[in-house]
Amino acid sequence: MMAVPTILRERTPQLIVLAVILALNAIISPGFFSIEIQNGRLYGSLIDVLNRGAPVTLLAIGMTLVIATKGIDLSVGAVMAIVGAVAASLITSGYSLPATLAGALFVGLICGLWNGALVALLDIQPIIATLILMVAGRGIAQLITAGVILTFNDKPELIFVGSGSFLTLPMPVIIWIVIAILAILVVRRSALGLLIEAIGVNRRASTLSGVNSRVILLAVYAVSGLCAAVAGVIAAADIKGADANNAGLWLEMDAILAVVIGGTSLLGGRFSLVGSLMGAMIIQSLNTGILLAGFPPEFNLIIKAAIILIILVVQSPASQTAMANFRASRHAVAVKTESREHAAR
Amino acid sequence: MKNSKYLPLIATFVVFVLAYVICISVFPNMLSTRVAGNLLTDNAFLGITAVGMTFVILSGGIDLSVGSVIAFTGVFLSVILRDTSIHPLVAFVMVLCLTTAFGAAMGATIFFLDMPPFIVTLAGMFLARGISYLLTTDSVPITHPFYSTLQEIYFVMPGGGRLTLIAIVMLVVFAVGIVLAQRTRFGTYVYALGGNLTSAQLMGVPVAKTTVGIYALSGFLAGLSGIVFSLYTSAGYSLAAVGVELDAIAAVVIGGTLLTGGYGFVAGTFLGICIQGLIQTYIVFDGTLSSWWTKIVIGLLLFGFIALQRGLMWMSERSARNMRHASAVQASSA
Repeated sequence: MMAVPTILRERTPQLIVLAVILALNAIISPGFFSIEIQNGRLYGSLIDVLNRGAPVTLLAIGMTLVIATKGIDLSVGAVMAIVGAVAASLITSGYSLPATLAGALFVGLICGLWNGALVALLDIQPIIATLILMVAGRGIAQLITAGVILTFNDKPELIFVGSGSFLTLPMPVIIWIVIAILAILVVRRSALGLLIEAIGVNRRASTLSGVNSRVILLAVYAVSGLCAAVAGVIAAADIKGADANNAGLWLEMDAILAVVIGGTSLLGGRFSLVGSLMGAMIIQSLNTGILLAGFPPEFNLIIKAAIILIILVVQSPASQTAMANFRASRHAVAVKTESREHAAR
Repeated sequence: MKNSKYLPLIATFVVFVLAYVICISVFPNMLSTRVAGNLLTDNAFLGITAVGMTFVILSGGIDLSVGSVIAFTGVFLSVILRDTSIHPLVAFVMVLCLTTAFGAAMGATIFFLDMPPFIVTLAGMFLARGISYLLTTDSVPITHPFYSTLQEIYFVMPGGGRLTLIAIVMLVVFAVGIVLAQRTRFGTYVYALGGNLTSAQLMGVPVAKTTVGIYALSGFLAGLSGIVFSLYTSAGYSLAAVGVELDAIAAVVIGGTLLTGGYGFVAGTFLGICIQGLIQTYIVFDGTLSSWWTKIVIGLLLFGFIALQRGLMWMSERSARNMRHASAVQASSA
């Protein structure tokens, strides 16, 4: 029972930012917080934020673990496109929904393992290793769809994954919440999270102290691939088709941004899945807010750039040492005055 | 060691020659100065920005903002030429100052805040793209007569191929880049930074000035590339040049530059650009292949060259270990 408040207390800045943005949204559009039930499904802007944020949230879960190992996965957007194409082509060629989902997840797993193998076995820098799939991935997706947007309007079972609802909540929301809880439990209720952080701090040292860093790195990139696969299926099911060019375009940047906003350091060694989820929600509420305010969506990029800059300044080692020095000097002054008073007495 | 330094470059050259021979054996028409001229013209903007990317990667960094800066340059020029009577040459100078300052600001952020170049230039990428969206979201044509004059300048090569002004600009940029990397103090500093930051600092390399200089150079070349791109397309569009940073990075890697920094050649990047151009030309000549094959082949080439680099590093590490071992054995026997 005590665990939940601690997690939230650690993430106070993110919570404040999220609350401020939601409050601004509510000022812009008064009905923002109203939620109503129609046809057994919840409707409202807040639900919409949760729903629209599903792909970035899922990507952010995998990305958090990758970044915690001092890595990065640039390929997730391209993997989404590949998986969307695979799912669409499987379902349109007559496979059942379970077979389609299994095939799609398998392809995502393979993509993740490929990245993981390059990083863990060939020791290639993560940026570069995942760049290969980022460049080639959309080409592969085009190859699968043969250059057209594969639509599956007549396949309600797959569309259900993107726009159906279960227990009054939209399916994407349920999927990301379940996966997030699973990930948090697995990582934090076992030593796995600690081992991942150990690799991020110093891979060589953790290998020497008996951590099987190769297997863990492979697993982390595989998880990222799987998360991207789920996001890809949701994105494809949402538009009832696989768009190899635009599915997941630039979402890797949003996912990285969500992770960074959530307080996970890009330098590795420390991560917070809850923080990343909040980061993803902050990004999505911003997007929704900009739309509600009637600003052109072009403002999005500038606001995102400004957020990154602020976080950079706060997170940077330079300003951290400056803060530490400031505190130390105040402490020194306090000690000095105290001793002077002592001497005077 | 000396051999392994040039090996990636030699490998790139061999790949280029092989690719060209294959192309010619399938389509004999590709052996003409017309094709060569078009290849250079079509890839002029990519080549120019890839030179800047080479310096950034040589120093161990990365610049994700170049594609957005190219788009910003085009939009800025088209809006200024549409709404004011400023002469294009003046507008060129203005935009180059802006992009250079932009690059310098990113370099300063990277150095003084001690943050990874990846995330700083990512912010730069969002910012530049966002500003060009704010200027206009339409594709604005450039109709200034001076543009037509510039577009009409070309040099006829033997065989009828046209070496256009923008192709010449790219070749000049590559020549200057090679001299800057190999023959100047700045170039030496760049290699030193990429080799080992701490040793560079201890040797007295002005790290702050060099880092700012490198990203300013990349910003300047991205601006120049934007000007060339606007000459090439006669328009400014805020959605233009999406993903050019990836093409530029790919060209640099295929050109044999080590992504960890410290090793590589500007000339290799030129070969990288030519290889990418060849793939595109082949696909155009073939007619039945789709353009997405370009991406897949470039991805494969990327993988091939990165694997080659890893292999070389592994070999040199092993030979160093063997040498150390041998000298240790010698010492103990003595």
